[in-house]
Amino acid sequence: MNSSRSLVGRVKFLFVRLGVLPFVLLVAIIAFSLMSDNFLSTRNIVNVLRQSTFLTVVAMGQMLALLTGGFDLSVGTILAVTSVVSALAMSGFILSFPDMIWLAISLGILVGLGAGITIGVINGFGIAFLNVSPFMMTLGMASVGFGIALFLTGGVPVYGMPDAYGSIFGYGRWFSVPVPIVITVCLIVVMYFFLVWTRAGRYLYAIGGNIKAARLSGVRTKFHLFFAYVICAGLASIAGLMLTARLETGEANIGAAMPLESIAACVIAGVSLRGGVGRVESVVLGAIFIGLVQNGMNLARIDSYLQTVVIGVLLISAVIADQIRQKWVAELKS
Amino acid sequence: MAEKGPKPDVQSGGSGITEPSLPLIQARKICKRFPGVDALQDVDFDLYPGEVHVLFGENGAGKSTLISIFSGSDKPTSGSTKFQGNVVEFDSVQDARKVGIKAVFQEFSLVPQLTVEENMYLGTEVSRLGKIDKKKIQKEAAAVIKRLAFPLNPAAKVVYLSRAEQQMAEIAKAFAGDEPSVLIFDEPTASLTEKETKRLFSLIEQAKKSGVGIIYITHRMGEIRQIGDRITVLRDGKVVGTKSTGSIDDEQLVEMMTGRIFDQIFPRIQFQVSEKLLEIDNLDLVSKLAHGVSLYVRSGEIVGLAGLVGSGKSEVGRACYGLEKIRSGDIRFEGLDITGRNVSEILSKGLFYLPPDRKEEGLISVRSVRENMSLASLVLPMFSRLGLLRHKTELLHTESLSEQIDLRPRGVEREVEFLSGGNQQKVLIAKALCRGPKLFIFDEPTVGVDVGTRVAIYGFLKTLSEDGAGVLLISSDLSEVLHLTNRVYVMHRGEIRAQLEQGDISEENVLRHYFDRKAA
Repeated sequence: MNSSRSLVGRVKFLFVRLGVLPFVLLVAIIAFSLMSDNFLSTRNIVNVLRQSTFLTVVAMGQMLALLTGGFDLSVGTILAVTSVVSALAMSGFILSFPDMIWLAISLGILVGLGAGITIGVINGFGIAFLNVSPFMMTLGMASVGFGIALFLTGGVPVYGMPDAYGSIFGYGRWFSVPVPIVITVCLIVVMYFFLVWTRAGRYLYAIGGNIKAARLSGVRTKFHLFFAYVICAGLASIAGLMLTARLETGEANIGAAMPLESIAACVIAGVSLRGGVGRVESVVLGAIFIGLVQNGMNLARIDSYLQTVVIGVLLISAVIADQIRQKWVAELKS
Repeated sequence: MAEKGPKPDVQSGGSGITEPSLPLIQARKICKRFPGVDALQDVDFDLYPGEVHVLFGENGAGKSTLISIFSGSDKPTSGSTKFQGNVVEFDSVQDARKVGIKAVFQEFSLVPQLTVEENMYLGTEVSRLGKIDKKKIQKEAAAVIKRLAFPLNPAAKVVYLSRAEQQMAEIAKAFAGDEPSVLIFDEPTASLTEKETKRLFSLIEQAKKSGVGIIYITHRMGEIRQIGDRITVLRDGKVVGTKSTGSIDDEQLVEMMTGRIFDQIFPRIQFQVSEKLLEIDNLDLVSKLAHGVSLYVRSGEIVGLAGLVGSGKSEVGRACYGLEKIRSGDIRFEGLDITGRNVSEILSKGLFYLPPDRKEEGLISVRSVRENMSLASLVLPMFSRLGLLRHKTELLHTESLSEQIDLRPRGVEREVEFLSGGNQQKVLIAKALCRGPKLFIFDEPTVGVDVGTRVAIYGFLKTLSEDGAGVLLISSDLSEVLHLTNRVYVMHRGEIRAQLEQGDISEENVLRHYFDRKAA
């Protein structure tokens, strides 16, 4: 009759409602602020937010794939391809036309985005129209993309981009807010609007929740599924451009941890691996949480190799927590 | 019987004076609490050897929870269960199987990638020196299926079976292996034909004679008297009463179950037939499940499409909605050719198909009632402009629909998976109402639905048809077809066998066309 009787019951209820993220976020903040005095300083917080921008943008794309009941393992490769292609385009163009800095930058951005989105188009086509499983399709494309990025650069970082690119998009500030954060906030608003206020956004949830029911409701499931992977690639590509600006080089080796970290950010944020459930706000928090943990571990001087271990453990724990939650949800149901 | 003590271990011998034998299952004060819900409260339940004890109640009354406790897939929050006089607590389904309690659930427990025979002996494989004795399994499985006389190939993979065949495999699984002491059936006949049902009942009869206790859940009144000895009615997780089936009539049962009185299950419908909406001409499907089918539905009428499971009636409905590949023939809607069009085009013309399996194809269970109700209607200008959703209109409209279908609880933000089966079915209907089509195709609208919801659904059918919509009612439930329609087509092996007009619709007339001619 009554929804909660005891403290345990109340915590259980909250957990089922909110998911695991609020709990772990609280624990992480308390733990790291006890470990290091710098952790809660304004400077460090802005730092964490800025470092989290790349993951936040990728995780929002990953979320779209997860919402439809799939996932995208090629997000890291998309980052790398975008980085390499845009850097090559910019440095090549500026070499021939040293005065046309803005043209070079615009061209680099367009070409980089084009390259990244092409991978998404191929992913989406294979998954939606040829019925290849998202796992095989995106894993395969991850290999293809990585190979192309290495081939184009010979494995060496690409230098020679216009300085303005890095100083604006990597290190610039807009009303004293770092530009990457400004860009990310804009993207968050757009994504929120897309998922909550547009028909296409609603359809993605429906497809992931039950693709057959969506089809019987007149939703063009194949088109929307395709679309989800294209947007996912678009976002990963934007993250690639931002990271390239920050590093001031085009690199084939960036983004290797992105598939794992972006899926972890989503799952911790309560995005269901079975599709149909998830919120942008939570995913943003999930990505920031991972950034926070990495930052805290840096401050606590935990070895960077061990940090990889922690991220893996976090992902698995989040999935286990999700399973427990599903079980309790099922209990609530009957 | 008179015992009321909390721990009647010592007296248990004394309680059996009036009964010839020790109860197989004796449950006392069973409570099951989920966060937010009391699924069972102080439930007492006895099962004696050689009796069929029917569990009856609306969806969500606690029947399924109770049997999942007996079969070991769930644990009670409090209360005790004795098996043959000993207190037991099952940790798993395997535990319960060890003492011979076997259950046939509505939700199938079959592994899709294995064959029927492999499934039947899963976990209890006969092995010789660690190697599974395939021959023996094959032989025993074939024998069990033969005893049941089910048209089921033991070597077929479950994934390729129809729902009815999966149900048969699930039942066969219960009869496989060691002799059971208790058999639990959860609506086993929902997708079986008359013949298969008869066969199942005679096996239940046999099992009874050899002292097996049977717990049987059904929504079908006819079955209760046919095989039941005693009946326990549950409502809102509490026992309303336990009666012998001979001493109670249908009206009393419905009253016990719902706490309300229904004077009539089927409403009187005034048919005002006007122009033709749907016309099917000589339809042949690629799947060969329907051939040479011609029929029509006019506005203001309810047309029945009757036939056995597998007769192709469902496929005809699906073909109209663009879900089946068509080899030849025409489907026209208001004179417009819609053959081979896709769902969204057909939907926009004003035809809506409600699938039989709400979980599989009807609803998105992880999303809210609101989103489910509006999903098929989002393209309408009422719900979106230029691809942007109008949340306020959506909320107001779905709230009024929730009122209209008497959804319980009323709230539209609850995820559909938290609703009872009957309420989920209502949401599915509201989804169609929301779109407001001219023609509704209902495919088995009352499968697995309690009497209360059933009456409500029939009420919707009446309103729809009297408001001028056309309805094609595809149903295996004969009484539904007999009472609600003004014309009936009977299908048999993919063909329309007969068309009956209002005056000719009777049980004999319909049934005569159900089976093979030779048999009839």
